[in-house]
Amino acid sequence: MHDLTPITALGSDEARIDTIGNLTCREVPEVALAAVSARTGKESQTRTAIKKLIKADAPDVNRFDGGTVSAFWSGPEQWMLEASFDSHEDLAARAKVILKTNATVVEQTDAWTRFDIFGDDVLDAMELLCNANTRSMLVGACTRSSIHHLGCFILCRNTNKFSVYGPRASAGSLHHAILTALQTIA
Amino acid sequence: MIINHPLLGPRDSAEFVYLGDASLIERPDPAAETALADFVDYAYMRENPAGSLRELWFHEAGDRSWLVVTRNTMTHDISDVQMARDVARKIGRSK
Repeated sequence: MHDLTPITALGSDEARIDTIGNLTCREVPEVALAAVSARTGKESQTRTAIKKLIKADAPDVNRFDGGTVSAFWSGPEQWMLEASFDSHEDLAARAKVILKTNATVVEQTDAWTRFDIFGDDVLDAMELLCNANTRSMLVGACTRSSIHHLGCFILCRNTNKFSVYGPRASAGSLHHAILTALQTIA
Repeated sequence: MIINHPLLGPRDSAEFVYLGDASLIERPDPAAETALADFVDYAYMRENPAGSLRELWFHEAGDRSWLVVTRNTMTHDISDVQMARDVARKIGRSK
């Protein structure tokens, strides 16, 4: 019998939290993700199924929406589903039951790592980190941009909190880039 | 240079990767009798205009969509941007 211990993307058994000045970066490992891509000609069926899953309209370009399960727009006719890992470890399987053959569903849990950055000067930090016009992003907006040469999803949770999803395999590099930005501002 | 993405609005060209002439969408029919000559043209022969050129750009650091960008090679002025998917479908590709 293996005796394996789950670790976070940064290699610890606890989520890393760094507070520098009035800004905090928190590693968020407890997320289940699944990518949804509508098949050609099945776009409206996919939107209907997503509505059923997230109990809100399928998000439009550069938006996210939902409740227990939420979705953010990741590309034309493509969305990423997001939910708590504790309650939705099997998110991709559950989504597939509802989406059927209208869309391709790919498990993305632990393919990405999430960092939440929050505090009064969060926009100054985001401005240093990426090319996206984060100052114009309102609550519920998301976009994809490069941080430290890594393709990341950036979600505006509220006026002083952003979530960043980056590739898990580069979690250390992404974390380093975020801390560097926070230290520059502090 | 700013590329006005049809879905996302103005984005810096540094987010994109350049592929080349948009005629690459029009891949010849491999079953045609003239297929050999057609594919030689398709693979190697390119217009090199000093002026307006339709090009394929990939939004690598964005939504990963392919765009057809009409750019003036002398002034870098971009006169039109469309989703490559829409362009391809209009000419009967990407079924």
